[in-house]
Amino acid sequence: MEFVKQYWAPLVCGLVIVGVLPLIVGYVVLVERKIMADMQARLGPMRVGPHGLLQPIADAVKLLIKEDIIPEDADKLVFWLAPVLSVAAALLAIAGLAIGPAFQIAKDVNIGILFVVGVSAMGIFGIVLGGWASNSHYSLIGALRSSAQLVSYETAAGMAMVCGLLFAGTLNITSIVQAQYDQGIWFGLLAPVAFFVYLVASIAETNRAPFDLPEAESELVAGYMTEFSGFRWSLYFLAEYTNMIVVASVATTLFLGGWLRPFPKTTWLSFIDFLPPLLMISVGVYCLIRTPKQPARVQQLFMLAVAGLCFAVALVLAAPVLLRTPYVNPSLAAAAKPFYEGIHGGFWFVFKVSAYIYFFMWLRFTLPRYRFDQLMRLGWHFLIPLSIINVLLIGIAMIAGQYFHLAGWSLLLTTIPASIIALIVALFILATEQKSEPQKAGGAAPDSYA
Amino acid sequence: MATDTTTDPRDKQQTLLGADELILNMGPQHPSTHGVLRVKLKLDGERVIGSECMIGYLHRGVEKIAEHRTYQQFAPYVDRMDYVAAVSNGLGYCEAIEKLLMVEAPPRAKVIRTILTELQRIASHLLWLGTHALDIGALTPLFYCFREREEILKIFEKYCGARLTTHAFRIGGLQYEAYDTLEKDVESFCKAFEPRIKDYEDLLTQNRIWLGRTKGVGILKAEDAIAMGATGPVLRASGVKWDIRKAMPYAAYDQYKFEIPVGTTGDTYDRYLVRMEEMRQSRLICLQAIENIPTGPIMAKVGKVLKPPPGEVYHSIEAPKGELGYYVISDGTVQPYRVRIRPPSFVNLQAFDKMARGHLVADVVAIIGTLDIVLGEVDR
Repeated sequence: MEFVKQYWAPLVCGLVIVGVLPLIVGYVVLVERKIMADMQARLGPMRVGPHGLLQPIADAVKLLIKEDIIPEDADKLVFWLAPVLSVAAALLAIAGLAIGPAFQIAKDVNIGILFVVGVSAMGIFGIVLGGWASNSHYSLIGALRSSAQLVSYETAAGMAMVCGLLFAGTLNITSIVQAQYDQGIWFGLLAPVAFFVYLVASIAETNRAPFDLPEAESELVAGYMTEFSGFRWSLYFLAEYTNMIVVASVATTLFLGGWLRPFPKTTWLSFIDFLPPLLMISVGVYCLIRTPKQPARVQQLFMLAVAGLCFAVALVLAAPVLLRTPYVNPSLAAAAKPFYEGIHGGFWFVFKVSAYIYFFMWLRFTLPRYRFDQLMRLGWHFLIPLSIINVLLIGIAMIAGQYFHLAGWSLLLTTIPASIIALIVALFILATEQKSEPQKAGGAAPDSYA
Repeated sequence: MATDTTTDPRDKQQTLLGADELILNMGPQHPSTHGVLRVKLKLDGERVIGSECMIGYLHRGVEKIAEHRTYQQFAPYVDRMDYVAAVSNGLGYCEAIEKLLMVEAPPRAKVIRTILTELQRIASHLLWLGTHALDIGALTPLFYCFREREEILKIFEKYCGARLTTHAFRIGGLQYEAYDTLEKDVESFCKAFEPRIKDYEDLLTQNRIWLGRTKGVGILKAEDAIAMGATGPVLRASGVKWDIRKAMPYAAYDQYKFEIPVGTTGDTYDRYLVRMEEMRQSRLICLQAIENIPTGPIMAKVGKVLKPPPGEVYHSIEAPKGELGYYVISDGTVQPYRVRIRPPSFVNLQAFDKMARGHLVADVVAIIGTLDIVLGEVDR
């Protein structure tokens, strides 16, 4: 009985995540397609449901009932295991994340962020094994690229994370966010260079453009996924997008203040708390204005429903804030506090993660793809030295800050010079890189796997 | 044209770890071989140490068909060779037969032909730009390019009813009179097109990744390009100022002022710049041409039944992809004795092996893209 009491909540949460995450991922894909369409002067999915809103479900059904092909010469067991491994690692990493002070499955893991990063890196085994088991050259090259890429960029990402952890002084995810609350500043502001390095490295780790070489469709057809079809393929897809959510969440937790609102400790800026409900209300009003312009009756009803939903969410978001105002009974305000933290924390966390993922998408539609040797050079010659130097500089800045008893915003006095020195170093590295560009016509290209 | 990978002495090099080289078969079904090109790549890791282009998957025997059709009947077939530049193909064929018949199209027909052909050049280059950028990983330019290409295809549709395989010209001139708003349509397209080119350049020209992916990749030296018979932007990017529109003017090109852009190093980036500039120049030609379209007949006096005197003729034009030549032998009957077509893509593809050696798999894709081949034309 004790066991059940202790574990039922995480278990239920875990089941919900496994059940709901594919749906979320499906809608992330839909949003990506819609944003892509918007940037490319077209409409995107419009046929299934109003504005293509049921497209993810249709896709999922299609993938589920598709013929499951295993190539004749494939290593059947490994072929079966690989996508499962990939998706399991990605889903397991979600368990360590805290979406708000209240929503965390694996609560108070003292190595929280290490657990998340370590487990999500395990997903690479799925990719390597899948590429190997397919017994296809394209898959093999894709898998090789993916593993080399992960090894190179995980180092830089790790070094970047160290900067954030130096400020936090803990690996526990809840405590990291708490530390940002106590100091009243996001660590991303204290260590912008580290945040930038992590941003780039996380794109590379999740195999997203412009670092999407493992699945570069114009070169390797589909990279490690070439031989996978139907549901197996969709598992890889699920893993990729879940990993995106994971790295975005890690970045949010470490550099963007997790579930805290901007300027969490500055009381005169408390009106920021009204932004989420106002945002929802404005979206709802926009839907109402657009309603008469919809061509079909169904679409009009749908728009009304969306507007209603927005207003409902706005109400939910506004209620705890209103209860906290001084005009309300103090005991009621105290009762509203956990609701405030949970609801607004969730909103800000999801908002920041979405912004991060939006940035990923934006890059994907704008930039061409790196070549493999360029990718490796960027990792080893630029990001890793930069991140190591940055860790040193941030460490020095912290010691200096302790010496002068600086904390919170005043710590910027020492970290800003450190960041500027890091930037100068970065420019210096880039300049020397450009001089010694080895790739020349017809000559031997540098060996990428050495 | 295919270099035998086993007997080439350059292939006797060792792989890095002394391991077996990897044979990778790219195509004929591959997202970026632009149709049905099949390339056998010999790889050391990801480095290309040998390549072999296998063609013929789209062979339809166009040249043989010509021997069993009358001169007019064969005209629509040539549209199906370089199907993204059908108007240019038709122009070359019609002019070749006119040369054989010793007639000349009337001035009005010549100017309208020039306008449509230059629009077609822009459309073809737009398609090249979109797919080339897509090969290198930039998703968005493709859609922008297609948006502009659509405008050109609309003009074609208004002119002759067809968008892709237009069969716009006839031997001796034009069948259709220019529609009323042709000048206005072309002008509004040209006006809108200038800032659009700038958009593409903003996305790509100074982009670090784009520079890294195209600079120094697939270098073709001028002497190699000439030796291999490369023409068009591929030749001009190597620094050879050769354009048939200037060298042997046809249609109405001698009346217009335009520049021939040339590159310096002959790498992928230069070919990109040359084609971008060519689009600008084509736009200028169109603007000059619509200023003053002569009035008069659109068809020269040619009979219903064409029976050219026995003899042979070679006529070439500057198609978007290079020199497109028609060598026609007449035996005095209604059907040609032999038609031999010199397609630019086929000849340019020869340079592939030279350009790809020593580069990575990703560069192979960029090189196929930069050669701007259309397999319908390579295989005929």
